[in-house]
Parts: sequence; structure tokens; C-alpha cells
Amino acid sequence: MKSEKGTLPETPSGMSIPDSTLVAVCDRRSFLRTAALPCIATCASAFVGGPLAAPLLAAPAAENDAQFVREAQFYEKLAYKKIKCKLCPRECVIDDRERGYCGARENRGGTYYTLVHSRVVTAHIDPIEKKPFFHVLPGTLAFSIATAGCNVNCKMCQNWEISQVRPEQVRATYAPPAKVAELARENRCPAIAYTYSEPVIFYEYVVDTAQAAHEVGVRSVVVTGGYVSEEPLKKLCKAVDAIKVDLKAYSEKFYKEVVNGELKHVLNTLVTIRKQGMWNEIVYLVVPTLNDSDQEFQGLARWIKSDLGPDVPLHFSRFHPEYLLKNLPPTPLETLERAKAIADAEGLHYVYIGNVPGHPAESTYCPKCRKVVVERLGYTVGAVHLKHGKCEYCHTPIPGLWS
Amino acid sequence: MQAAFDRDNPLEAWRQVVRPGEVVGLKVNCLAGKGISTNVPLVEAVCERLQQAGIKDIVIWDRLNSDLESARFRVNERGGPIRCFGNDTLGYEQELSTYGSVGSLLARTLTQVCDAVISLPVLKDHGIAGVTMALKNVFGAIHNPNKYHLDVGNPYIADVNMLAPIRSKFRLHICDATTAQYEGGPSFMPQWTWPYNGLLVARDPVALDYTGWQIIERKRAEKGMKPLKEMKREPAYIATAADAHHRIGINDPKKIEVMEV
Repeated sequence: MKSEKGTLPETPSGMSIPDSTLVAVCDRRSFLRTAALPCIATCASAFVGGPLAAPLLAAPAAENDAQFVREAQFYEKLAYKKIKCKLCPRECVIDDRERGYCGARENRGGTYYTLVHSRVVTAHIDPIEKKPFFHVLPGTLAFSIATAGCNVNCKMCQNWEISQVRPEQVRATYAPPAKVAELARENRCPAIAYTYSEPVIFYEYVVDTAQAAHEVGVRSVVVTGGYVSEEPLKKLCKAVDAIKVDLKAYSEKFYKEVVNGELKHVLNTLVTIRKQGMWNEIVYLVVPTLNDSDQEFQGLARWIKSDLGPDVPLHFSRFHPEYLLKNLPPTPLETLERAKAIADAEGLHYVYIGNVPGHPAESTYCPKCRKVVVERLGYTVGAVHLKHGKCEYCHTPIPGLWS
Repeated sequence: MQAAFDRDNPLEAWRQVVRPGEVVGLKVNCLAGKGISTNVPLVEAVCERLQQAGIKDIVIWDRLNSDLESARFRVNERGGPIRCFGNDTLGYEQELSTYGSVGSLLARTLTQVCDAVISLPVLKDHGIAGVTMALKNVFGAIHNPNKYHLDVGNPYIADVNMLAPIRSKFRLHICDATTAQYEGGPSFMPQWTWPYNGLLVARDPVALDYTGWQIIERKRAEKGMKPLKEMKREPAYIATAADAHHRIGINDPKKIEVMEV
């Protein structure tokens, strides 16, 4: 099923899980339009390969929000029943009965709870290239899930209808970790992707599901804005198999004005991921007039090369008007090609252009002999010229998780 | 009301705010539960006067049904001249309303039910935004208030007040200062409350907030506490609400007339 938003990265699209398999549990709740779940009402013919997903657990009684609530990790109790959240750099100090910035975690009587464990608002089977992961299990499918909530508020958010809402404002399904793992396995998805909104804010669910997935031979990949504190990040790196970070810009000004965050924390995240030996790819969504200067592209490329290494894949992705930036045009192709040229010139080995189906910069080239080692057209993988993770032609190692 | 509207008759005063036949919403503040929320007897008194003024449909509302119940309001979603429910009953609009730094979905109670709204906040400080009274009470009308507490709520609180349905429908502000709180808000902290035993009534939410802020600052000084500026939570959004871009009201004490009744 095609997304209404075309080929944007990481909006719910691709194969959807039939409605019969996901049972809404919040029927009596008033909710926003179910941006994601209507596209779940497709028939079996929408699937490409693989059987229908097995039914999930039957819905419990309506309004049973308690099933989604678990004590949160990474927080500190303060006086007067306040708590300080330690999951992300915001370190929200939260009064009793209140929530932090993300809206997905709540202080109840001085104990902090996640409200979104197993609370899936969208579930799809997507090509893993859509995340995008270009150096992870090419040509395979990722069982992709999200809960509501996010710890930033990017004005160009493509998924704001689930990321910028509170959990009770959008219909959800109870999908415990073991069930998600089983669904992934049954649908021949070698990986689960935690994506669309912000997996950091459904942290406990990610870690629990990743563990359940590993038990049945399924990997886990995370698509995140990278706004996470070091301690939880290190633990996350032990639980999952790959992390893709959306680096929104290489400027503090953009982070402050457009993202409502700080760049330095995301750069710290990238360094930590590298030090943990975790596979990482970076997406930079190029927004016309806001983060598209040569200076930024060059600064970014130099920083990546010096602090992360030239082998980290960098995807320059085309922006489409959405949410609070509907006044801006889509990214011109020339801008994306200019960004790529600058990054290539700085010595990065794997620089891609995203959201431009058919562009040659979607394919992976050997940095030594420049032959195509993974051919791509949109999210479709064509010929793969790798042997044991090396270029088939000149035997240069091509880093990634290839099998 | 008579003093505020310079009328000899209370009903004449109320009729300056509402017109017979309108659906009038009463936006209460029940976040902190029964300790420091809008008092039920005050709301009952307002309802009585509104009905005498010809209003046949009143909706008491706040963010959540559970919040209302915690403050001892009885949720009544249908029937009768007085209804009472949270935003979780009707939900939110599907299209964003935007101004400046904010983009939010507005509660349908505001956009589709109420013709006019009387805001009934309480007088208390706020651990992030400095103080929370009339201007911040409108956060109960949007779906994402948790996104707008950065930078001491500035300019977000002012910008939310500029959203068209809020700007046009909020007609009167009655701040319930029966019990007031000068520290530890928005939660109820009884050790930092005091019986102010008053109401602040204004059409101008900025003037009300400025006045209420000064009341809190005076109490803090009396108790030997630092002013909010030193605590890095001076409510600069009040000045923003009064600036040339917003013009929501007046924050200049020389131009605010405070009538003590």
C-alpha cells in the first residue's frame, strides 16, 4: 500500500498488518484520526510474500490503559514526590501527576512510569532500505513498530500525528514483546525496526522486545533522533543490532529553533555509538533555506570523518513540506547532489541521496574500485556484488551487517 | 462583577460577558486535585448567575475527566443545563492551529461546543513557568501542552493565547484565589499555601496574571523566599503576551487599575 506521502522516509507505509490481527483497545476513548491504523485495513493480497500475520492477543476490556504502564528506567526521585527523568538530555523535573516533555512518561505519587510499553500505534512491514539502512541485511524486510510520543518537536516532522501526541490521544494495540518477535519471525522479517516516532521514549519496550526477538533469531534496529543520555544509550547498544540516527542539522541554531533541542547531545550520541562498536548510519534531512548551506555540509562531513570515521554511511534525504513547515518547498535535487559532492570530497566513503527514486546515489559503490556492490532502485535491491562482506571485484571490505 | 463592569445589577454585569442562548464553557483548573483546584462552590455560583442571565447550556471542562473528578466535580457528559467533562470526551480537532512558535490541535469542546468561555484558574506558582493563572489555563485547550514548557514557557504561553478560537472565545477570567500557593506548584503543596480568600476578576488575562504574580512575589518575600527571577523562572511570557506582536493585554502596573472590593 502506498503511503499518501509518497516515498518519504519512515512514514508508515509498505505492507500493513491486517486489521483483524490488531485489536484496538481504546475504543471508548476519543482520539485523533487514526493516521496509521486505517492503512492497516488492507486485504491479504497487499502482502508481498509471507503468510498473513498471526492474530495478536485479544483485546482486554476497553480503557485498560494499565496494561501499558510499567515503572520507567533511568530516573531519580526528588523531594516532594518530584522526579527527575534521566533518559534523555532534557532531564525533565516532573511534579506528581505530571508528564515530561515527551508526554509518554508520567509521575504517579513519586514513581515514574512509562505509559507506552507494548502500546503500538502503527505496525508495518517495510523494506529495511526504507529506514534507511543500506548496510544492514539488504533486500530484507523489517517489522516496523512505534508508540506515540517524542522528546523533540521538529517542525518538519513527517510523523507528527503519532510523535507529537500523548498516548491516550491515538488508538493503540496491545502488542507485548514476545508477540512482536513472533510476528516478525512468522512474516520472515529478519529484523524489527523501532521507528516512525522516537524509540528513546519507548525505551523499555524496545529493550524488552529486542531481547524477545533475539530469542527467536530476529535482530533489532533502531531509528532515532539520537536525543538520549549516555547511560541508557550504552545499555541500548547492548540490546540492539544497529542504530540509524537522524541528524537534523549541523548547527545549534537549527536545533534550538526548529528541533527544540541541542546539537551537542546528538553528536555525543554518535560518538558513544561508535565507541560501543554498534553499526550506525546517519540521515540528514535537507530542509531548503534552513540547513542546506555548504558550510554546514562541509562541517558535518569533516566532523563525521574525524570523530566517527569515513565508513559511516551518510544519507542526504529530500524534505517534503509537512507539519509546521508546509511553507517550504521540497529539497531541490541540485542541493542534495551538492551536499553529496561536498561530503565525497571530504573523504566519506558512503554518501547517499534519499527520497529520489532512481538516483544513482542510492546504490552502494566500492570506495576503492568504484564499482556498484549493492544496486538499488528506490527501496528495491537489485544485484549484490559482495562476497563475505567484501567487494566482489577488488575484495575491499565493505562495512555493514550483510547477513 | 458589578464593580468590574460598573453596573448596579449583577445580571447586567454578567450580560456584558455572555448573551442568552450561548453555550458557555467554564474552563476550570483541576490539575492539582482537590487541594488547589478551582473550587466547586465558586463554579456553582458562576453557573447560577449565568443561568439567571439567560444561559441554558453550560459546560464545565478541563483536560481530563479524571482531573475533574479528582477536584470533586461530577462528570456529566450529556443531558441537563450543566454538563461537565474533559477533553477526552470529545477529543481534538484534526487540523493544526498555528501561531508563532506553536502548532496544536484544539479541544473540540472549545471549537465546536462553546460560544464563549469563562476561565477559572487558580492562583499559584509553577515550577517551570513561574506562575500559572489565566494565560496558562488555556493549555487545557490544546493537545500538546507538555511541548510548551521550555524556556519558562516563553513565548509559547503567549503564542497559544493567540490561537484564534482562544483569542475570540475566552471573554472573562475569574482567578480562584480562595487558597493560593507561592511555592511548589503546580502540584498541591499545603505547606506553601495560604488563605488569600479572594478572587481576581478581569477581562484582561495579562493584567490578571501580572497582578497575581505580584501577589505571589510579595508572599514569597514575606516568607523569606527568593523572587522567581533568582530562581530562573520569572514568567517573562506575561510581558511577551503584552508586547507589540501579541497585544493580548496590559502588563504595565501604571496602566492596570486594581479595584479592591
